[in-house]
Formats: sequence, structure tokens, C-alpha cells
Amino acid sequence: MAAVAMRLPVIRKAVGPSGPRGGEKHLVVPGDTITTDTGYMRGHGTYVDEEKLVASVAGAVERVNKLVCVTPLKTRYNGEVGDIVVGRITEVQQKRWKVETNSRLDSVLLLSSMNLPGGELRRRSAEDELAMRDYLQEGDLISAEVQSVFSDGAVSLHTRSLKYGKLGQGVLVQVSPSLVKRQKTHFHDLPCGASVILGNNGFIWIYPTPEQKDEEAGGFTTNLEPVPLSDREVISRLRNCVVALVTQKLMLFDTSILYCYEASLPHQIKDILKPEVMEEIVLETRQKLLDLEG
Amino acid sequence: MASVVLSDAEKLYIIHGVQEDLRVDGRGCEDYRCAEVETDVVSNTSGSARVKLGHTDILVGVKAEMGTPKLEKPDEGYLEFFVDCSANATPEFEGRGGEELGTEIASTLYRIFSSEGSVDLKSLCINPGEHCWVLYVDVLLLECGGNLFDAISITVKAALFNTRIPKVRVLEDEEGSKEIELSDDPYDCIRLNVEDVPCIVTLNKIGYRHVVDATLQEEACSLASLLIAITSKGALTCMKKIGKGSLDPESIFEMMETGKKVGKSLHASLQKVLDEEESLGTTRQKVGFLG
Repeated sequence: MAAVAMRLPVIRKAVGPSGPRGGEKHLVVPGDTITTDTGYMRGHGTYVDEEKLVASVAGAVERVNKLVCVTPLKTRYNGEVGDIVVGRITEVQQKRWKVETNSRLDSVLLLSSMNLPGGELRRRSAEDELAMRDYLQEGDLISAEVQSVFSDGAVSLHTRSLKYGKLGQGVLVQVSPSLVKRQKTHFHDLPCGASVILGNNGFIWIYPTPEQKDEEAGGFTTNLEPVPLSDREVISRLRNCVVALVTQKLMLFDTSILYCYEASLPHQIKDILKPEVMEEIVLETRQKLLDLEG
Repeated sequence: MASVVLSDAEKLYIIHGVQEDLRVDGRGCEDYRCAEVETDVVSNTSGSARVKLGHTDILVGVKAEMGTPKLEKPDEGYLEFFVDCSANATPEFEGRGGEELGTEIASTLYRIFSSEGSVDLKSLCINPGEHCWVLYVDVLLLECGGNLFDAISITVKAALFNTRIPKVRVLEDEEGSKEIELSDDPYDCIRLNVEDVPCIVTLNKIGYRHVVDATLQEEACSLASLLIAITSKGALTCMKKIGKGSLDPESIFEMMETGKKVGKSLHASLQKVLDEEESLGTTRQKVGFLG
């Protein structure tokens, strides 16, 4: 039976701020004066205007000794060495691939930074260059780690570990990079039956947990078997939960996604995206997270 | 049309999901995304509406102006459509990039509304052969999130429902010259009957099945789609096939049946929301663009 739900819009109210987390944050918008004290060094997101330190982005003020900077709330991904990212190949060039990672410049994946099938260690030859398209084509998704950052801000990636490489079947959700919490590991096998990669650049990859653990995702053979319906339901539910958390501006990490999943179980998968259900689920998740902390 | 690039494995995942009637966001093949409808958002138009269908955001404004009727239909008014694909929707529409899509959508709208009986054009006549009301319908694409045609047709219907055309009287002088008098009361106006205005239902063929209300990712997996215009009574007024793939006549028939079913519930749902909004009257909290 076809379901068409139409409604009148309501002014969205964000779920209220949680209790005091050790001091209120100093939020600013572009043009706000941060301080008139000239003894501070200006960091990112600030500029000096008539002896005042003024913010140039909308975000929270961070103060480290004498350095004042503003970390923006919504921004493109700024790469840092060691970050895990999920990216999409946009171009295949000579000896490298250009990867889109939601940053200001396309990231670069050099042929020499990629593991050859079989794990061989040798100098890349001309045949390897010609066979680049067999490994990764335009449109393919990869998980990689940031190796270095060029002076213009472009990021150089590497997949020199078996856990990185081409991604197979699954669902990609694109969120703002500032909502992904920095953790020790970004690869999670959730107990509900699916796995998730939380890229620091805001690309969240949800996929069915692979059966064997010995041959990991580093290989280039993608599993093209149809995914069973039960796994699909879990993945769709997780995807909707991630979208719900992002709409209500909650930080994304494995615990928050898991709590949101559990809170959403009484509802049907497609109902999770309805505004009132979304609010209810996220409120419950927030409550559970506060209980966990306190 | 704005498009996303997907890897082969992602496309395969979507296609298999559609076969099992479970799409990526948990919907079935015949479910629409949650839509928000609001009318009377632009103050200097005769009627306006805004519809948000998932990530697709459309704004339609209707302006009623006086003009001369067409020579072949002297006792009827007419509608003029203009579609503006703004660069806000997607960077591909920058400069003249959105013109092609805009003209395609506008010509589809002309085709749908050209059928007799969709809008009562005789009510738009003031003086046969001399004066009539011309409704300029302007469509603005604010955000492109898949399924443009459906969203645009829903918004056009809602905007026409909201249109208020001032009542005019034709006075004859002793010399025979006619004068048009606008009534002083700003609330004295005529409304259009939108019962027979058709809505478009787009059915995208993905794998062996078809889906309604496809997202951008699902549109990237479908090679052929069928656009049908359905009235609220279930009558099919117009059909168009888009896409470079081919459609089997059997599947066209199936898609038509699904489209009729979905179209009827779409009209019922839209009418319910419009009536609800109307009944709220001045107590309605206007959300507008900053909500």
C-alpha cells in the first residue's frame, strides 16, 4: 500500500543543550569581538581589526595559553596526519589518483602509497601505471589514512595496511566533519550486526560485517553477493539513526550510534526520519549518554 | 539533472535492495519521503507554495496579470510557466547550466496543463476577445535532491490552490468604451478550482522493479523512467519516458497501474494538508524560510 505522508512545516527546535559540561563555550559569529586585549596571538579563524581581535568564522573560541583561535562549527575537512578518511575517486592520473574527501582541495593517493595485491614490495613499474584503472576507477570508494599534508592544505593518503582499501557494498552517509568525534579507532563492528567506518572527513560508511576475518578489506576483490534482508534492515536502520543524530547536531561515535539504534527499535525503519520520531529518539539517546557520563 | 557518482558495488547494493522492497532509507518501493507543504510564503504574489520533499526544495509563485486572450481561444485565459534552476540547488546549474533542465521541465508542465479540463480557463476570462487573466507560474528550484518533477507538480498545485485573483467588473460607458473596475475590498477574490489539476508521478526502473520518489543515488542506478500525470480521480492525462534505457511494454503497463494508485493517494494527502492549512486561517504559524 502506498504511503504518502504530507504535513505542515513546524519551526524546528533543537534538542536543548545538555547540562554544564565544565564551563560554557564562548560561541562567536563572524564579526564578533573576541577580546580587546592585545597580548594574545591570533590563530585560525581570527583577524585583527583596529586593535581588537575579531572572529572571521562562526564557532567556539579556544584559548591555549596566549593563542586564541576559533574552531568553526561547519567547515570543510582539514586533514591531519593519522586521520582515517573515506573518499571517492574522482580522477585517475599518471601514478596517482585524485580522491574527493569533502576538503577544499582534492586529496591525492599516490600509486606508491597503495598496497599491491599479494602484498609484494617492489618499485612500481610502467605496467603498474597502466593497470591503475584495474585497481581503482572513478566513482570507487576507499578507506585510507592521511600520510601527510601539503603546504597548500591538500592531503596525501595511503592505504598501506590490510584494513584500508576499496570498499564494497554498503551505504555512504555524508555529514559535517565537525560532528565526527576523534577516537582511538574509527572502524567499529557494532553488535547489532553491521560494521561502520567513521571517516574524520564526515563520510560515514555502513556495511555488512564480512564473514571471514583473515582476508580483510585490503584486497581488491569486492564481494558482489546479494546482502541478506536481515543485514539490510540493520544497515538501513543505522543509516537513518546517523541521519537523525546529525540533524539534531549530536556528536557521532560508536556509543551514540548504538544507543540511537536501540532507541529506534520500537519504530519502523522509515518512520525514524519523521521529525517527531527523530526528536524522541535523539532525546532518549542523549539521556543515555548523560547517564553513562555521570 | 544533478547527479551523483556511485561505485559499482553501491549501485549493486541499491538494486538488490529494491528487488527485496527495502530501499536504503527503509522505504518500500511505493513510499514517498516525508513532505512539508506551506502556502502563501511570498507576499507579493497572487499565490505561492513551497514544498520540501526530503532534500528537494521547490518554491512556486503565481502572479495574475491582465492580458489579451489567444486568438484561437478568445474566451479563455491561459497559464505561462517558467522554471528557474538556481545555482543554489547544485553547482552544475551555475550560469546557463540549468537552462536545459529548466526548459525541459517547463515544456512538460505546458503539456500536462494543455489537456482540457485541468484548469477551468473560462473562469479566467474578463472580456471575450479583449481582456483575460494570464497566470504566470514561476518555479524556483532551491535544492535538488531527486524526484524533481513530482515535487514541482505538487508545489504548482498547492500554489494554484492558494492563488487569489481579484474580482473585476466591466463597466460600459455611454460611448461604448469599456472600463475595468477593480473591487476595493482586497479580500474579494476568486479562487481556482484545482480538483482536476494533475500531479506527476515519476517511476524509475531499477533492476526488475520500479520505485516511486527516487533519491539522487537511486536515480543514478536507474536507466529508464516513466513520467505520468494523474488527476485526483485517477485519470491519466500525460505520459513521458525519459532516460537512455528501454522499457518493456509489460513493465510500462505495471508502472502505469502503480502510478495511478500512488497518484490517487498523493492527491488525497495533498488535499488534506491544504484543507488543514486553510482551516487554521490566521492562527497558522508562518514558518517561511528561517524555520
